Amino acid sequence: MSFLPETRRLFDDLADTAFSDLKAGEALSLQLSAEDQTYVRFNDSNVRQATAVLQRNLALTFQWAGRQVTFTFDLSGHLDHDRALLRSWLERARREARTLPEDPFAVPLQDHGTSEHEHSGTEPDAAAAVKAIARVTQGTDFTGLLAAGPQVRAVRNSAGLNHWFSTASLWVDYSLFTTNASGDNKAVKGRFWGPAWDEDRFQAVLAADKARLAFLKRPARPIAPGEYRVYFAPAAVAELIAMFSWGALSYRAYRDGNCPLKRLIQDEVGLSEQFTLKENFCLALTPRFNSLGELPPVELMLIEKGQLKNLLVSSRSAKQYGVPSNAADPSGWFGEHLRAPELMAGNLPETEVLNCLGTGLYVGNLHYLNWSDVQAARVTGMTRYACFWVENGEIAAPINDLRFDDSLYRLFGSALEALTRESPIHPAIDTYHCRALGGSKIPGALVGTFRFTL
Amino acid sequence: MSLPVNFYPELPAFDIHRALAWVQAEADWIGLRFVQEQTYRRTVRNHLPEDNAITLERGVMAEARVDGHIAYAGTSDLSQQGLVQAARRAAYLARICAPHALFPFTEGHRPPAHGRFVSTRRLGFDRLTLAELTDQLIRASRSLKVSDKIVSTAAEATLVESTVHYVSSSGADIEQQWWLVSSHCAATAQDGTETQQRSLNGPAARCRQAGLEFFDFSALHAECERAGREALELLDAENCPDETLDLILAPDQMLLQIHESIGHPLELDRILGDERNYAGWSFVKPDDFGRLRYGSPLLNVTFDPTVAGEFASYAFDDCGNPATREYLIRDGVLLRGLGSLESQSRLGIAGVANFRSAGWNRAPIDRMANINLEPGTSSLAEMIASVERGVYMQSNRSWSIDDYRNKFQFGCEYARRIEQGRLSDVLKNPNYRGMTVPFWNALKQVGCRDERELFGTPYCGKGEPNQLIRVGHAAPPCLFAGIDVFGGGS
Repeated sequence: MSFLPETRRLFDDLADTAFSDLKAGEALSLQLSAEDQTYVRFNDSNVRQATAVLQRNLALTFQWAGRQVTFTFDLSGHLDHDRALLRSWLERARREARTLPEDPFAVPLQDHGTSEHEHSGTEPDAAAAVKAIARVTQGTDFTGLLAAGPQVRAVRNSAGLNHWFSTASLWVDYSLFTTNASGDNKAVKGRFWGPAWDEDRFQAVLAADKARLAFLKRPARPIAPGEYRVYFAPAAVAELIAMFSWGALSYRAYRDGNCPLKRLIQDEVGLSEQFTLKENFCLALTPRFNSLGELPPVELMLIEKGQLKNLLVSSRSAKQYGVPSNAADPSGWFGEHLRAPELMAGNLPETEVLNCLGTGLYVGNLHYLNWSDVQAARVTGMTRYACFWVENGEIAAPINDLRFDDSLYRLFGSALEALTRESPIHPAIDTYHCRALGGSKIPGALVGTFRFTL
Repeated sequence: MSLPVNFYPELPAFDIHRALAWVQAEADWIGLRFVQEQTYRRTVRNHLPEDNAITLERGVMAEARVDGHIAYAGTSDLSQQGLVQAARRAAYLARICAPHALFPFTEGHRPPAHGRFVSTRRLGFDRLTLAELTDQLIRASRSLKVSDKIVSTAAEATLVESTVHYVSSSGADIEQQWWLVSSHCAATAQDGTETQQRSLNGPAARCRQAGLEFFDFSALHAECERAGREALELLDAENCPDETLDLILAPDQMLLQIHESIGHPLELDRILGDERNYAGWSFVKPDDFGRLRYGSPLLNVTFDPTVAGEFASYAFDDCGNPATREYLIRDGVLLRGLGSLESQSRLGIAGVANFRSAGWNRAPIDRMANINLEPGTSSLAEMIASVERGVYMQSNRSWSIDDYRNKFQFGCEYARRIEQGRLSDVLKNPNYRGMTVPFWNALKQVGCRDERELFGTPYCGKGEPNQLIRVGHAAPPCLFAGIDVFGGGS
C-alpha cells in the first residue's frame, strides 16, 4: 500500500480509537500533517544535497471544562505503537486539564462538517526530474530546490468534523546566475510547478528565464538613494502582500494594538481604489478548512477599492471580543493570517509596463522585508534578482541592490498608478518542518514614487 | 499528587547500534542520527493561560554513501522495516544523484569520532509543577500591566529536552543531551493613536542551556514591571532623530548585529553558493580570509561552542567533527569561516565544527552556533561619558539585510538620547542603517567582560528545505562612531 492510503487508514483508526476512549465532558480534535517528499538541492547545475522525508505529524487538542491543551508528536506509521502513544498523551492531557485554570476564550469543538479531497493518479517522478534538471541546466549557473511528493492535511474531532485533503505535486524553485560587464553577480528567479514532471514545459520555462539573463549582462547603473517611479513585477508585489499576514489584517493584532493597518481600519486613511484584496479559496492551492477544521467563506473580501471590508477573525478572537468569526486560522507566527490571498488584477497590459513606467526602476523581486515602523505601516527590505533602470520605456541597465523604506499606505494608496491585467499564481515554497501548501494570485504594480534609502 | 511540568510518554526503547546492524549493508557507508526532542511551551496572555503545548519529535535520519555521494532519508518509523526502507531510500537517492554530484565525498567528511556531551543544569524540569509554572507566568503577566494604558501582555516559557545519538558504519558513536530554556515577556502600551511595545530583551532573546535555575521568578516579576513602565515611557517619547550620530548598542541588540552581519556572511556554504536561491550569497570572497579588515582592531569574534550554558554549545557537530573554540575575526582581521568539513574541503579554507541539522527530518548544513564578540576594556558608563551626541539602543524589534549581507537596517524597542556624556530623553522607534564592513570598522569601544551578556535565538532560518536552528550570541555593549540613525513616522 502506498503512502496516501496507508496514512488515511492510520489516521482514521487512531481517531476512531481516541474518540471512543473519551469520557463524559471531554472533547478531542486530531490534526494530521503528513508528507512523503524528495528534496534535492542543486548548486551550479549539480546536486548538492538530496533528502527524502517520510513524516506523519499528529496534533491533538483536548478540551475539558473550559481547559485546553495541545500536544504534537511524530507517528511511526504502526497502528499499535501509535495508538499506545496517543493514549499516553490523552492521559497526560486529562491530568493537565485538571491542573490548569479555565481558559474562557477556548472555543468548544464543533462539527464543522465533512470534506474530502483525495489525490488520484500517479505521484511525481522525482528521479526523472533530478536527471533531467541536471542535464538540461548544464552550461548555466543553476541553483535551486526540487520538492516532490504527496502531502496530507486532515482534521477530525469528537463532535463529528472530518476533513481530508491529499495532493501530490512538485515544484522547482531556482535561480539562474550570471556575471555582468561590471563584474557583478546577477540572477533571475524562476519557478516550475505542477502535478507531475514535464521536461518540455520545464525547458520552456527555463529558456524564458535564460533570455531574461541577457539584460543582466549589461554594466550596472549606480542608483543613488531617493524617490523613484517603480514597476514592481508580480513576485515583488507578492512579497509586499505577504506583509499583510504579519498582523496587518488580524483582528487580534488590531485589538492588541500591534496592527500595522490600524489607521485604515479606523477609516483615517484609505488605500487606492485600485486596491482590492480578498481571500479566495477557489484558487484551490490549499484546503479550505483551517487547522481547527473550521471552514472560512469560499471568498472573503478584505479590502475593496481601498476600503477595509473585513479583518481576519478566528473563532477564538470572535469569542474573546464578541465579533463574528470568519474562521481565520489562528496558527503560525503572527496568528490570523492570509491563506489564499488574491490581489485583484488591474487594466495595465504587461506588454505596456515599460512604456507606462517611462523612466524609473523595474523591480523583479524583493528580499527580507520587515516593518520599520508598525504604526506607520512602514516596510523596509531589499531589491533582489532582476532589477533594472528603465529609460523612456526601455531597459537601460541592471542596477545594484537597493534598500527601500516606505509605507504601505503610500505604496498601495496615493502612489499606486496601475495594476497589471495579468496576475500569476505564486505557489507557496516554504519548507520549514514540512512542505507548505497554499499560494497567492498577485499582479504587478506601477507606483508613481517609492523611497529608497541605501 | 502535583503534576510536574515534564512528561515522558510511553515509548519503546530505541537501540541505535542494533539499528545500524540492520542497515549497514545497504550502502558503502551508513550513518544514523537519532533525535528525540520534547518541547514544553506555556503561554499566558493578558493573565489567562492560552498556549499549553508539548511537542515530541522522534525520528532517525539515515545517511548513505554510494558511488562517492551521500544522500539522506528521514523517517519516524523506527522499526527494522522502517529503518531499512529509509537506508535503502537514502542509498537510492545517492545512486541517482552521484552522476550529477557537485563534489565527491570522502571518508574524511565523516570522522569516526566517539564522545558524549551533557549540557549544564542544576535543577531538573521535574522540580516545578505545571500549576506553579502557570501561576508564575500569570503573575509575570500581571507585573507587566503597570497601567490601564498597557493594553496587552504576554508571558511565555519554553523548556526543551533534546537527545541526539549519531552512529556510523565507520565507527562514529556520539551521544549528546541538552536541557534548554527560554522565556519571553512583553507589554503593549497604547494612548490615543500611539502604540509601543517593550519586552525583556526582544523576541525570544533570553535563551540558555540550563535547568529550572534559569527562572528567577522574583527577579522576573520586577523586570516585567520595568518593561511595563518603559512601554509607558515610549508613549510620550520623541521619535529617534534622523541624523548621523554615535551609537551604543546594548548586548540584546548586539546579538542581532553579530548574527546578521558577521555570522551569516561568514558561512562557507553561502560563500560556496549553496544558499544563493534562498537566504543568499555573501559579500565575503574566499581570498578575503586572512586579509580583509572586517572591523576596527577592537573587533574580536569567536565561534565558541564551549561556553557552558550558552544556547548553542555542543561537543560534536552532526558529522562527528569535534567542536572547538576558534577565532573568526581577530584584531579586526577576518581569519576563518563558518564551514563544516564538507565546505572546508570544497573551498580549501579553515572552518569550524558547525554541520548542524534542525531535527531528524533535515540534513545538516553549515550553521552558526555560539558566535560571540569578545569583551574589551570599556565600561558602559565610560562609553556614554565619551559621547558628545549619540543614541543608546536596546532590544531588537526589526531586522532586514540584503542577500549578500551588506546593506542592513535594524530597529530597536527602546532608546535613550546621549548628550554631553549623559543619558537624557527616552526615544521611540529607534532605527539605524549601514553597510557591514564600514559599520564594524566604526567600532570605537567594546564593553568589558563584566558587562557581557548571553543571548540567542531559537529561530535562525536557512537552508533548502528550510530549517530553524538555535544559536547563541554573547557580547558586551559596543560604541560605534558616526552611524545613520532615524525614527518612525510615514
